[in-house]
Amino acid sequence: MALSGVEIFKLLPKTNCKKCGHPTCLAFAMKLAQRQASLDQCPDVSEEAKKILGEASAPPIRSITFGSGDRAVKIGEETVLFRHDKKFVNPCALAVEIKDTLSEGEITKKIEEVLASEIDRVGQKLRVDAIALTNASGDKGKFESAAKLIASKAPNVPVILSTTDPASAEAAVKLFAGKKPIIYGANSGNAEAMANIAKTEKAILGVVANGLDELSTLTEKIKALGVEDMVIDSGAKKAEEMLENNTMIRRAALKKNYKPFGYPVINFAQRDDSLHEALIASVGITKYASIIVVSGIEKWKNLALFTLRQNIYTDPQVPMQVEQKIYKIGEATPDSPLTITTNFSLTYFIVSGEIENSKVPCRLAVMDCEGLSVLTAWAAGKFTASKIATFIKESGIENEVKHRELIIPGYVAILSGSIEDKLEGWKVTVGPREANGLPAFLKARTA
Amino acid sequence: MAFTAPKETYSGKVYNVTIGTGERAASFGGENVLPFLPFEGTIPNKPLIAYEIQDVPPTDWPENVQKPFSSVSGDPVTWAKFCQDTLKAKAIALRLIGTHPDRENRSPEDAAKTVKDVLSAINVPLIILGSNNAEKDAPVLIAAAEAAKDKNCILGKAQEANYKTIAAAAMANNHKLIAMSELDINLSKQLNILITQMGFDKERLITDPMCSALGYGLEYTYSVMERIRLAALTQNDLTMQPPMLADVGMYVWKIKETQAPESDVPSWGNAEERGIAWEATTAAALLMAGAELLIMRHPKAVEAVGKLIEEL
Ligand code: SF4
Repeated sequence: MALSGVEIFKLLPKTNCKKCGHPTCLAFAMKLAQRQASLDQCPDVSEEAKKILGEASAPPIRSITFGSGDRAVKIGEETVLFRHDKKFVNPCALAVEIKDTLSEGEITKKIEEVLASEIDRVGQKLRVDAIALTNASGDKGKFESAAKLIASKAPNVPVILSTTDPASAEAAVKLFAGKKPIIYGANSGNAEAMANIAKTEKAILGVVANGLDELSTLTEKIKALGVEDMVIDSGAKKAEEMLENNTMIRRAALKKNYKPFGYPVINFAQRDDSLHEALIASVGITKYASIIVVSGIEKWKNLALFTLRQNIYTDPQVPMQVEQKIYKIGEATPDSPLTITTNFSLTYFIVSGEIENSKVPCRLAVMDCEGLSVLTAWAAGKFTASKIATFIKESGIENEVKHRELIIPGYVAILSGSIEDKLEGWKVTVGPREANGLPAFLKARTA
Repeated sequence: MAFTAPKETYSGKVYNVTIGTGERAASFGGENVLPFLPFEGTIPNKPLIAYEIQDVPPTDWPENVQKPFSSVSGDPVTWAKFCQDTLKAKAIALRLIGTHPDRENRSPEDAAKTVKDVLSAINVPLIILGSNNAEKDAPVLIAAAEAAKDKNCILGKAQEANYKTIAAAAMANNHKLIAMSELDINLSKQLNILITQMGFDKERLITDPMCSALGYGLEYTYSVMERIRLAALTQNDLTMQPPMLADVGMYVWKIKETQAPESDVPSWGNAEERGIAWEATTAAALLMAGAELLIMRHPKAVEAVGKLIEEL
C-alpha cells in the first residue's frame, strides 16, 4: 500500500538540509507521497528507508522496457481495471511466433513479414512489435541458429526466447546482449537456473506456471533470487481461463497491491484457425494482456488487431479529434460539392463514411471545434456562422473549387442565413440532419 | 504471501429475456457477473447471435457480404429460411430498410406483410427493426408489431423521438423492445426510465447504447457498455439491468476497411477475410464489454464469434 506523507517523513533523515531541493524533509515527504518527487533526490536517506519506500512507492504493476532502441516497447504500469476510469497506459505488444523447426527460408520470410508489418492509422504507426522464437525442436543447436538468424536479420526487433532448457536459453540470449530480450520458460523445475541466466544477461524473465497459486510462489522465489523484471503467464490457454486469470492478476495487483502479481501478463493465443486466433487475441487486448503471442500475421489480421489495440488504449478523457482541414473524398474535382462538419473523430468517421458510401466525390471541410459533435459545438459557440466563415475564407478553398456553395449539417440549418451574410458570394445549402441521409442527398444532387 | 483470489460479488443482476415461442424460443442475459467470469456468479445463458436479413435485396451491402446470400436474398422469406435451416441461425433480425423514405419507401402495410410471411416460414425468434428513420419507423413498427402479435418478437428501435408509439405497439402486441440512444450512459438510462414510466415492463427491454465499428468509435460503445453493466451489477441500478444489444453488422459493413479491395490498399491484405475479421473482432470486443445480443451479417464472422463464445 502507498504510504502517507507523514509515514514517509518518519523514514527521512529529518535534517531539513534542503539538498533535495525542498525546504524541509516534510515538504519532500509530501511530494513523495503524491509521486511528484523521487527518493534519489535525497542523498542522505538510509538504506533501510530506501528499501521500505522503494517497495511502497513502486507502481502496483511494474513498468518494463522490452527490447532496446527505437523499437523498444514499454509494458506494464497499468493503474485501472476499466478503460473509462483512466487511460490504459502501455498498449500491449503483439509478438509473432517463429518455431525453430522452420527452415531458414521460412524463418527469413516470417522475419521479413514482421519488418514490413508497419501500418499508419490515424497518425499512429502500428506494427508487430516482437518476435517469439520457440524451441519447438527441443534441440539446442536448432534454437541457437534460429536465434542467430533473427539477431542478424532483425537486430532491432525485441525478442522472446521461448525454451524451458536453461542451456538453450543461455546460448540464445547471449546473441541479444544489451537488447533486453525476454527469456520465457522459467517454471518450477528450472527457476534457479533461469533466474541466474536472466540476472547475468540482464534479460527479462518470462515465468510460467500451472495456475495462479503456483505462479505467485514462483515469482516470489525468482524475485528473491534477484530478478526484478518478469512477465507472467498463468499457463492459461483456453479463452475462459485466460480471461479469468488475467482478471484475477490485474485485480490482485491493483486492488490488493499483491506484489507477486505486480508484473505485466503474457498470453499465448496461437490457434490453427487464424480468425479464431484473432478473436482470442482480442480477448487479451481488451482484458489485461501486456504481450500477446500469435502464430500468423496475415495483413488483414494485423490491421484488425492493431486497430482494436489502438481503440482500447485511447484516452477516454480526451475526445478523439481529427486534424482541421479540407479532406477530399473520392476523386473530387473543382466542381465537386463541399460539405462541412466538426472535428469530433466519431462525427468525422461517420460523415466521411457516408460520403464514401454515396460514391459521390466530395470535399469535406473539417473544422476544429475542440472535438465536439455538431450540435454540442454549436451549443458551445464553437460552430458559429462567423467562425465557419473565417475558416472557409482562410482555408484557401476558394482557389480549389469553382463553385461557391457550402453544404451545412441539417442540425444547424439556422446558421444558413448568417453564414451567407458573412461569406460573400457564397450560397449555403442545408444538408440532412443525420449523416445517414447523405448518400440520398448527394446522389439526388448529381442525378 | 499466499494468493487468495480477489472475487467480487455483485448486488445486481441482468434481466433474463426470452424471445420467440415454442421449442425454438431463446434466452439471453440473466447473469450476475461481468462478462464471462462464471467463477464468481452465475451465467445462465450464452450471448445470442441473430442473423440480419432485410425486406429488400441487399444491394447496399458490400459485395463480400452479399455473396453468401446471393441465391436467397431476393426474397426475405427464402433468405430467412436459409439462415434458419442452412446456417442454423438461433434468431433472425429482419431490418425493414426498404421502408425508409429515401429508399424504396415501402408502406407500413407492405412491411407488415413481409413480417407475416417471414414469421410463417420460420420457427426461430424474430427481431423486427425499422429503417432508423424516426418518423417513418413509428407507423411501420406499429403495423409490424400487430402483424407479429403474440409471437414474442423484439421490436426496435425506440428512440427519444418516437419511443411512445413504438413502446405502446410493443406492449399491446406482447413484444420485447429495443431502446436506443446515442453513446451516452445517461441518455440510455433516461430513455429506459421514460419507457418504463409508460407502464412498459423494464424486464422486457433491451438497451442499445448504439454500436460503432472497430476503428470508428468502437471504444465509445465499449466503454458505455462497460459502464452500463457495472451500474447494473455494482449499484443494482434497475434501469440499467436490461441486456444489451450490439447491432454489429450494419455498422461494420459500411466502412472502408470492409470494402476497399486489396488492390487499393495492399498493406491491408485480403478484402474478404478483412471484412469478416472486422465484423468478428468488433463483435468479440463488445462481448467483452457486456453485449448479450448481437446482430451480424457474414456467416463466417458469426461462426467465428460462436466458436469464441464456446471457448469462453
Ligand atoms: S535532502 Fe533529505 S535530509 Fe535534506 S531536506 Fe531533503 S529530505 Fe531532508
